[in-house]
Amino acid sequence: MAPPPPQSNRSPSPSQPSGKSEVSDLKSQLRQLAGSRAPGADDSKRDLFKKVISNMTIGIDVSSLFGEMVMCSATSDIVLKKMCYLYVGNYAKGNPDLALLTINFLQRDCKDEDPMIRGLALRSLCSLRVANLVEYLVGPLGSGLKDNNSYVRMVAVIGVLKLYHISASTCIDADFPATLKHLLLHDPDTQVVANCLSALQEIWTLESSTSEEAARERETLLSKPVVYYLLNRIKEFSEWAQCLVLELVAKYIPSDNSEIFDVMNLLEDRLQHANGAVVLATIKVFLQLTLSMADVHQQVYERIKAPLLTQVSSGSPEQSYAVLSHLHLLVMRAPYIFSADYKHFYCQYNEPSYVKKLKLEMLTAVANESNTYEIVTELCEYAANVDIPIARESIRAVGKIALQQYDVNAIVDRLLQFLEMEKDYVTSEALVLVKDLLRKYPQWSQDCIAVVGNISSKNVQEPKAKAALIWMLGEYSQDMHDAPYVLESLVENWDEEHSAEVRLHLLTAVMKCFFKRPPETQKALGAVLAAGLADFHQDVHDRALFYYRLLQYNVSVAENVVSPPKQAVSVFADTQSSEIKDRIFDEFNSLSVVYQKPSYMFTDKEHRGTFEFADELGNLSISAESGESVVPAQRVEANDKDLLLGTSEKDEGRDPGSNGSAYYAPSLNGSSAPSATSQPLADLAFPTTGISSQAPTSSLAIDDLLGLGFPDGTAATPSPPPLNLNSKAVLDPGTFQQKWRQLPISSSEEHSLSPQGIASLTTPHALVRHMRSHLIHCIASGGQSPNFKFFFFAQKAEATSIYLVECIINTSSTKSQIKIKADDQSSSQAFSTLFQSALSKFGLS
Amino acid sequence: MILQFFVLSQRGDNIVYRDYRGEAQKGSAETFFRKVKFWKEDAEGDAPPVFVDGVNYFHVKVAGLLFVATTRVNVSPSLVLELLQRIARVIKDYLGVLNEDSFRKNFVLVYELLDEVIDFGYVQTTSTEVLKSYVFNEPIVIDAARMPPLGPASIFMQGSKRMPGTAITKSVVANEPGGRKRDEIFVDVIEKISVTFNSSGFILTSEIDGTIQMKSYLTGNPEIRLALNEDLSIGTSDYRGSGAVILDDCNFHESVHLDSFDVDRTLSLVPPDGEFPVMNYRMTQPFKPPFRINALIEETGSLKAEVTIKVRAEFNSSVNANSVLIQMPLPSFTARVNFELEPGAVGHTTDFKEANKRLEWGLKKVVGGSEHTLRAKLTFSQELHGNIMKEAGPVKYLQIAKTSKTQNPYRWVRYVTQANSYVARL
Repeated sequence: MAPPPPQSNRSPSPSQPSGKSEVSDLKSQLRQLAGSRAPGADDSKRDLFKKVISNMTIGIDVSSLFGEMVMCSATSDIVLKKMCYLYVGNYAKGNPDLALLTINFLQRDCKDEDPMIRGLALRSLCSLRVANLVEYLVGPLGSGLKDNNSYVRMVAVIGVLKLYHISASTCIDADFPATLKHLLLHDPDTQVVANCLSALQEIWTLESSTSEEAARERETLLSKPVVYYLLNRIKEFSEWAQCLVLELVAKYIPSDNSEIFDVMNLLEDRLQHANGAVVLATIKVFLQLTLSMADVHQQVYERIKAPLLTQVSSGSPEQSYAVLSHLHLLVMRAPYIFSADYKHFYCQYNEPSYVKKLKLEMLTAVANESNTYEIVTELCEYAANVDIPIARESIRAVGKIALQQYDVNAIVDRLLQFLEMEKDYVTSEALVLVKDLLRKYPQWSQDCIAVVGNISSKNVQEPKAKAALIWMLGEYSQDMHDAPYVLESLVENWDEEHSAEVRLHLLTAVMKCFFKRPPETQKALGAVLAAGLADFHQDVHDRALFYYRLLQYNVSVAENVVSPPKQAVSVFADTQSSEIKDRIFDEFNSLSVVYQKPSYMFTDKEHRGTFEFADELGNLSISAESGESVVPAQRVEANDKDLLLGTSEKDEGRDPGSNGSAYYAPSLNGSSAPSATSQPLADLAFPTTGISSQAPTSSLAIDDLLGLGFPDGTAATPSPPPLNLNSKAVLDPGTFQQKWRQLPISSSEEHSLSPQGIASLTTPHALVRHMRSHLIHCIASGGQSPNFKFFFFAQKAEATSIYLVECIINTSSTKSQIKIKADDQSSSQAFSTLFQSALSKFGLS
Repeated sequence: MILQFFVLSQRGDNIVYRDYRGEAQKGSAETFFRKVKFWKEDAEGDAPPVFVDGVNYFHVKVAGLLFVATTRVNVSPSLVLELLQRIARVIKDYLGVLNEDSFRKNFVLVYELLDEVIDFGYVQTTSTEVLKSYVFNEPIVIDAARMPPLGPASIFMQGSKRMPGTAITKSVVANEPGGRKRDEIFVDVIEKISVTFNSSGFILTSEIDGTIQMKSYLTGNPEIRLALNEDLSIGTSDYRGSGAVILDDCNFHESVHLDSFDVDRTLSLVPPDGEFPVMNYRMTQPFKPPFRINALIEETGSLKAEVTIKVRAEFNSSVNANSVLIQMPLPSFTARVNFELEPGAVGHTTDFKEANKRLEWGLKKVVGGSEHTLRAKLTFSQELHGNIMKEAGPVKYLQIAKTSKTQNPYRWVRYVTQANSYVARL
């Protein structure tokens, strides 16, 4: 990196203003030059204009020069004109009256014979952003859109969008969107076409909140003729416009498989483009198109691997990071596809730590029987790294791999070596890992305990590590010779222990030790209970009190409660639900992937994307993963049991034979949950197709526990009308989306929700479950408190007619907005009543 | 959709600032700079190229300057980052040299470019050629000779713009003082090598990432044919035995036509103005590493240790490697280091970097086949990371054969090999 040239060496440049008094200087100099037609006047003007703009750049307010600048702008020098336009565009908004002065010369320039001048003037005219000047825009914009020069048309199209943002009604009244739509399909210049696409997406998205027609127009952008027209010309577009088109194509829903293959074959060579943005946009199209075809989807993964890796290793570190984040997402979804490429995820010493972190996670994910040894060896190198945070992450990665059950034997040895490295952060991390390992594989206790026993508790300072050590002392006190004495000395230093977590562990560990070696521990137990009772931390105090009473009541009961026979934990909870992961996957090639968060977590609604509707229905594609025969709502249930680890997902994923669609492992995890014995929560599973009487009973118990049980309120709600629904309704998301577009709204109503209902609606799943018990199935849901949105469907019993519902619930206003569309209009009212009655019972049962 | 674009100096000054949609908050440049500056202090490491604080900030570092864009929409991060790189390249094409000084001298020209590259947040064009017809300011070219001498590291960072004198730092639009422009084309084959040796000297991983960069000043846009090695194959599956060069994967600039690529491995293209990568490639085929490093550590007392580092250049003696730098992290409690070079060593520098506890050994020039040794006495040591940067190596597997029609331009072809991550473990 070149060092900045020293200040003294630099010649006085125009962007280094001497001070504020310069503004008034500039003013008088501009005045002098304003009328001058002397030769060389333009050159002096250029210098002055440069000074003005340099002041503007560094934030000095030069708006007081507006009048003078406009006076000087009567010139044929295009460089001067451009500087003047830049200035005017910057300050017009704040000085609407003065801006009026510029209208004249801008309008005149819009008719200049040089297309460059026409374009420039039109762009500046539209950039004034002054609401009461819009009347002057319509004329020039209209002729600009018809100009025979493509540069002017290109500027005019964006000009229409600018006008829309200043005054939407003026723009719509002048019928500009229709003109843009015409240009979109007929203009010979591809940049004009691309600008039309950008402008129309933005305008119709904003309009669609108020106008049904605009919503339909927006849908037509996704129609086959438009998409095919753009696809056929894609190679004429600039690389940036190609990204725009590809983004649109990713939302297109082809009617059959042959169409999918046509599109993919057409775009195949885009994967070899040097621009990473084009490659990622193409990959998104491929992934989205093949979601419902498991085997092809897998081929896509294989196909995109090499281009992605090339993108990661070429280009600037920043670009490679953006691509690596996407690779990371794919590796996390289908690690077994990348398991042979693990060497690409090795860290290089000069990589920034945000890159190393991603790579460590990828290494952890792709570890399997055949590569674990090498990966762990590599990770152990990083553990000795000079970069301490990365060293810690590496040790954690080793632990995670151990928990994935591959080659545990060798890994335990490594972890124990870490403990002997005598670097405090290494020891700390390793202790935590050994503890987790023991919880999962108690059979390793012999080897571990021998090493752990040698660690002096005085050398362990980090709370997490200390807590882990204490936990092991308690749990394995019968095997560790001096456990009672170590614990005793720790209790003696109770007052110096600042972490409540450590003190809690100490309480429990002493209890456990007491049951195993009572005579040696009795003294320590008395001390620790006394110290705990006197503790200012409420949890510590309460737990000490609880143990005390328990011991008083009955020692053998206490032993059964505190120190029951060891039970291995089979899996640890994953941090991110599979629903969130699916959401991020749907938002492939966006910031969501880099932040590892779905967009609703970091942007406000209006900026979420150009295709709001498609975005929401984007969820539908998730359900498609569950396969045709599975009711989509089942997926949601799977999420409820999301205490599954990523590892167990992988276990399933790694065996594609067991379910035809190995990609979809995450969404299937619920239906094939691991051994129920070790996972008591699995008992809470709800019946898949609940019968209405069954679900309430199962949730009743929980509600009572939470104190939410309300006296029988069901009596007040209207009894369901005689419309019977099919208990095994099936609908695939594609059909839903298609029907939703085609059918008219048969009823649109707003209702209030009961406070109990609102209280129960902490996550969308609660309602989804409830509605399922009423035979109304959810096909997509989303949102966060206070706004939730659901798409439901139901099918009439013994008939094919389907009811579709969009339901928006705002928990702060306790209102629900319901839109119903039905195949069979005659029964839609009956269904509406049934739906409301079901909804009103939510939270009551 | 891009809200703002700005370029900051290393000290955080706005050099250019453009608000494209008029809806950006004031002071986002300051917010950004503070975030980036304190990232290191608050958390670990550098700020990632993309982060959110009210708006989404994207940034790339080019020539010591920060190129920043902001958005509110959930856009494609790689699109924005590619765009920022491209803007930097277009500006460099115009200014010849990209640094703070040339930027400040030409900021009006830069504004003119920015206005045409992005309109209301939407990318219009980044082609230097197309922009030529919209942009009217003449660049004020700063004299490359007057630039402060750049250390080897900065040459490395700027993609090795060293050879033939000042020619490569010409602006694509500025006229030569002599009047007519010279027909010239520059081709760089830049290969970055990553090798990791384990403690016993075996190669754990090795990879070459290559780029063929082209910068054309040809008039009349002639078609150019670029011939690659004929026994080149792509993809690991179609193995053709020894001798063949096997690329794992590659990609091409959009101007490249691959019609005859499958037949005779030639690329044809009409080079656009300015600098651009013709082709990027990646290979993991085993190759002979250019350097071997040996390090030996001996305890020589209770608080003393001696490190011996040996480096052997395993390439042809007709080739020299320039600016080789070997680094080795030392234990944090290292207090002092005494260096002892072999007798008669020329152009070697040794340094102990107190701040990050690192030993640095610089060799200005290493002749192929030679071996050099450094002894360092220190308190204690635990590990070694050798980092070698090497330039100007022989890349035998890509040759450029060109010409067309009546033109007789000057052709400059360079092969540059650089170390990406060259690590020997101890």
